[in-house]
Amino acid sequence: MTELQEETTSYAMEETAPDKLVIFAWSGDLDRMWPTLILATTGAAMGMQTTVFFTFWGLFPLVKNDVRITGENWMQKMLSTFNRGGTEHLKLSKMQFLGAGPAMMKKLATEHKVASPTELLETARDMGVRLVPCQMTMDLLGLTGDDLIQGLEDPAGATSALLEAKDAVTLFI
Amino acid sequence: MSIAIAKSLDLKGLSCPMPIVKTAQAIKELLSGELIEALATDPGSVPDFTAWCRATGNELVEQTAEAGVYRFLIRKR
Repeated sequence: MTELQEETTSYAMEETAPDKLVIFAWSGDLDRMWPTLILATTGAAMGMQTTVFFTFWGLFPLVKNDVRITGENWMQKMLSTFNRGGTEHLKLSKMQFLGAGPAMMKKLATEHKVASPTELLETARDMGVRLVPCQMTMDLLGLTGDDLIQGLEDPAGATSALLEAKDAVTLFI
Repeated sequence: MSIAIAKSLDLKGLSCPMPIVKTAQAIKELLSGELIEALATDPGSVPDFTAWCRATGNELVEQTAEAGVYRFLIRKR
């Protein structure tokens, strides 16, 4: 193959690079959910077909902010008592300081005009980012469709998630 | 031979990713070939607008900086 041909090939490869973004959001921590939502909105802004799968602790941020206790049995209820859902109630993975850490982080974010997780989640939804809750986690945590915010895709499983990720840029956050 | 700017966005003070997100939302309202002006103060928007135009095929016609304000002039593809 001549040099020219090689160049043409690599250029063509760049042009056919995936224009899909799939993010697996497994953590409900503020310092993970925030970049997840920043990348999701940016992916949509770049014209990428963007999907976020919310699984395990990552599902809690999709709970409506005004829903306090979720779950059907006492274990699930206890879980939600100590791990309140909703984008307004995310905790930091470190320097939580009984809530002082996130409060300081939110103050800094307001001062620096960084969009909040709540605003970013709404923006993502408005921009057509597919927000998919994990069915298994919903069952495990006793979460119902009524507990979650509006505008989500139908709950799905690992197979749908991996199929969507097959030809996409994939991130696990 | 200046062409009128169809839309101007004031993105001053906003941080990543909102300057790009708001530009992407606003450019949807424009017709192909029309110009949009974006004014931002986030220094990260300089590499990001270049990258965004490369990714989306919109043309970065002009990029200037004055008194801490970055101005991007983009032609919709």
